[in-house]
Amino acid sequence: MSTSQETLIKDFGKPSFFGTLTLFDWVWAALALSGAGYVLYRYGAVMEAYETGILIGAAALVVATGCYWKPLRVFALAVAALSLSSVWLYGTQLANAETNFFLQYLLASQSAVMWMSALFILATFAYFISLFARSDYAGQIATALTWSAAASGLIGLLVRWRESYLIHPDVGHIPVSNLYEVFILFMLITSLLYLYYEGRYKTRALGAFVMLVISAALAFLLWLTFARTGGDIQPLVPALKSYWMKIHVPANFIGYGSFSLAATVGIAYLLRERAERVNPQGVFATRLPSLEIMDNLMYRAITLGFGFFTLATVLGALWAAEAWGGYWSWDPKETWALIVLLNNAAWLHFRFTKGWRGTPMAWWAVGGLLVTTFAFLGVNMFLSGLHSYGKL
Amino acid sequence: MNLAITLLVALAVSSVVGTVLQQNKAYESYIIKFGPFWFEVYKALGLYDVYSAGWFVFVLGFLLVSTSLCVYRNAPGFVREMRDFRLQHSARSLRAFAQHGEWAVALNAEALIAPLENYLRARGFRVRIKPQGAGLLLAGMKGAANRVGYILTHVAVVVICIGGLLDGNLPLKIKEWRGEVRLETKPGILIADVPQESRLPVSNPSYRGGINIPEGASTRDVILRLRDGYFVQALPFEIAVKDFRIEFYDNGQPKSFESDLVLIDPEREEPLVQTISVNRPLLYKNFAIYQSSFTDGGSRLSLRAWPLGGGAAMSMEGVVGGNYKLTSPEGALSLELTDFRLHNVKTAPPGSGKKFADIGPSFIFKLRNERGEALEFENYMLPLNLDGRGFYMSGVRSNENLPFSPLRIPVDAQGGVAGFMRFHAALRDPAQRVKAAQQVASAGPAGASTLGETAAELLERFAAGGFAATQEYIRTKLASLPSEQREQVARAYITLLQNSLYTLYMNLDLAQATDAGKQQQFFQDAVDALGALPEYGAPFYFELADFNQLQASGLQITRTPGKGIVYLGFGMIVIGVFVMFYLPQRRVWLALSEEGGQTRVLLAGASNRDPLGFAREFELLRDGLTERLQRL
Ligand code: HEM
Repeated sequence: MSTSQETLIKDFGKPSFFGTLTLFDWVWAALALSGAGYVLYRYGAVMEAYETGILIGAAALVVATGCYWKPLRVFALAVAALSLSSVWLYGTQLANAETNFFLQYLLASQSAVMWMSALFILATFAYFISLFARSDYAGQIATALTWSAAASGLIGLLVRWRESYLIHPDVGHIPVSNLYEVFILFMLITSLLYLYYEGRYKTRALGAFVMLVISAALAFLLWLTFARTGGDIQPLVPALKSYWMKIHVPANFIGYGSFSLAATVGIAYLLRERAERVNPQGVFATRLPSLEIMDNLMYRAITLGFGFFTLATVLGALWAAEAWGGYWSWDPKETWALIVLLNNAAWLHFRFTKGWRGTPMAWWAVGGLLVTTFAFLGVNMFLSGLHSYGKL
Repeated sequence: MNLAITLLVALAVSSVVGTVLQQNKAYESYIIKFGPFWFEVYKALGLYDVYSAGWFVFVLGFLLVSTSLCVYRNAPGFVREMRDFRLQHSARSLRAFAQHGEWAVALNAEALIAPLENYLRARGFRVRIKPQGAGLLLAGMKGAANRVGYILTHVAVVVICIGGLLDGNLPLKIKEWRGEVRLETKPGILIADVPQESRLPVSNPSYRGGINIPEGASTRDVILRLRDGYFVQALPFEIAVKDFRIEFYDNGQPKSFESDLVLIDPEREEPLVQTISVNRPLLYKNFAIYQSSFTDGGSRLSLRAWPLGGGAAMSMEGVVGGNYKLTSPEGALSLELTDFRLHNVKTAPPGSGKKFADIGPSFIFKLRNERGEALEFENYMLPLNLDGRGFYMSGVRSNENLPFSPLRIPVDAQGGVAGFMRFHAALRDPAQRVKAAQQVASAGPAGASTLGETAAELLERFAAGGFAATQEYIRTKLASLPSEQREQVARAYITLLQNSLYTLYMNLDLAQATDAGKQQQFFQDAVDALGALPEYGAPFYFELADFNQLQASGLQITRTPGKGIVYLGFGMIVIGVFVMFYLPQRRVWLALSEEGGQTRVLLAGASNRDPLGFAREFELLRDGLTERLQRL
């Protein structure tokens, strides 16, 4: 043996993590950190402590997620470039949206959202063609369309954020304050979660199902936009002027998005399970991922949702303690968030303590979507309470 | 374990009840909704205050107990497991693992121990080594904290429940149940008049109440609303509102509101002075004082009451929140001043260059008759400009769920309502009506002998019943005519009424100094208002002459001794859940055995969560090892 014991030990002990990083990973980290550094340098003096905290946390998160899920970086860079161009084109004049070609047709918030809508619809068709015509090519197009739609949605939100400040500095706020805005957030998060699992499990067959949920949300968004002028930027009521909103709402929507994803996988699971019995050569039995993978995916989605929904509910309680005078008021929205959590806790216990898998859990996940939808929308539509901001 | 699931579902289902039925409303509204029988049934079930109903608290308590027991039973095993590296595995049992790999290496086992141990450590595993038969076993484990996650999550549930219980109103419930205190249900009495049995002492450990304090005033009490009544809770300190400020957006929506508070606690040497606003409460000991709303704090209003049955305007003073007795031809009335608004922002008329315009102060009041029936009114102080003419607006409605229907009184040449009122008084006066009718008749064609009588009749109907009554009158007159003549005759009646009203109006000589066009316009607008007046339903028109605004700050005061405990539980549950999900426990084993000058290396692994994720991780581990072992 040529190697001494010493070098042998060293060789075996080489860390696995840094060795796997590529140049792009380093560039990415440098970009994200210098972006955050620039903001701190420019605006550090006017930022409050928690804002600085959020900024640093966000930069770390961006670096970590980018290294963990690589395609996100191209997405993030594209979104950043386009949103910044839009902000630059706007300058200080909101009215530029009516005269500048790029803003008018591409990069103004409402235009970007319309692009998002169109791209999601196309992506839905492409996923269906890919599933039923067993076409991988259509699948690739569908994936590209979904990425573009998500990018448009995020650009739409970011630009809207800027637009709200252009209307008036007093009116400016993060766009997660009304139904129109959170619906875009919902579609964005759900599609990104799906894209993550699509890459992770190397299957596009679930896209058609996820896109159905997104299309339903889209129909609602368009109805809000055109029938209710929900797209107008409104000033915030005093209770919403809080930094808690910036973290509470996105955490909630990661939860909603994950639970929706779990339910769509549940539907696919049930279809495949049936198809294996009645039509083993059909599309569902051959193209959908294996039952084991889908079962696992359902579990992953529910745990992710549960984690973030717990976090969101806790954040909501902390916020309520500041805004309403109590961390828990049994307000309908609060209570329904608790019901969603309890429902999913029961689901997890079935899986863990009773070892249930498969069909009944899939049915339950699908049923859970009804509970989640009620918590998200039903409460706003049918019940009244302190959360009356997103009233229909 | 069935129990855990049953409890979770039971709690979820019970929680739904309180969200579909609005909680803690006045009992009358439930009676109207459900009828007397079901009202009693639901009341017995505690459905109007579900979350403190006995059965609900019981379910919660059960969850608390069973979760504690669950942790108590499981935790010791889990802690043992965290320390246990499972060193009893043999090469045979390891080969049965779904994840395993095997190599043969031309080195003795002794030389491999240190590199392999290092390999695992560099990947985050803790390692234990044990000789085993002819070779030895290296056992690695990471993510032992996963079990800590379980413990944290479940203990958190217990901790949150306990904290919540401390902050809940259970002690109050018990007092109520033992008859020591009684809920006050009479509305609208002064705090000072609330009897002792409905007052709660300073010692009450937890509560959440609200109070409106006018600027410049102070309080030592808060109101705790419960079901259909309230308690008065004594505070251990005094709170004064020195000043209240509110800012608005251009569209009239409140942008922010804040109060300058002074907290005077006998235990402190100096009063505590602090400004609070929405989302920025004052925290003091276990207490928190929040800015939650604002109302009128008793603004002084100077009013002019114009009797619509004739007579001179009366001046009066009132305070918002006050009740005033009035006499009218229709009997005694009470005037209840309910609110005053300094700003009323509406969408601006097109072409004004602005999106919103403030149309000035208004006040809201109710007029209640002897039978207790009330109409609600909103009167504006300043005239509203509509198509270039000014109108004093007064909205009226009989029910809070209806929109206000407006009465528009045209501004006279002096900018007030006096001109309109004089016109109105003249119309109510039979002598002036007859005079105007005769004037019209004498100016008309000679043969029409009944013209004067008809004109007087029309005026009388119009004065008594407005447009509706006049129309009805004309319809009865037309009934005997052949249908082809009706339209023509109806038009003649209307022209006659119009002419008579105009004559009546000109007799008053109100027009001074204004041009004929304006005069004509005023006449038209006044007739429109007069025609609608009988629908107005009030014997007075109240004009707001002057005001002195006083605002009240709406505060919420809470005492929450359990808040720290609850927050601790919050921290535990968030950390616990993420640890449990994202820090799976992973175990690997490397069994080394020497065979004919070679060493067999067997790698196996298992995880308690996310089998697919672990399969990938294991693959990396195996490939890394293959690569290194090949290099030897
Ligand atoms: C509101 C109450 C509760 C909540 C929020 C809760 C939450 C959770 C969660 C999130 C998990 C993790 C599932 C997973 O690892 O994917 C879990 C696991 C578990 N829970 Fe609960 N739980 C509650 C009450 C209970 C009760 C009352 C019991 C026992 C009677 C219990 C026993 C268990 C057990 C044994 C596990 C499995 C631990 C493991 O194998 O890793 N839980 N719980």
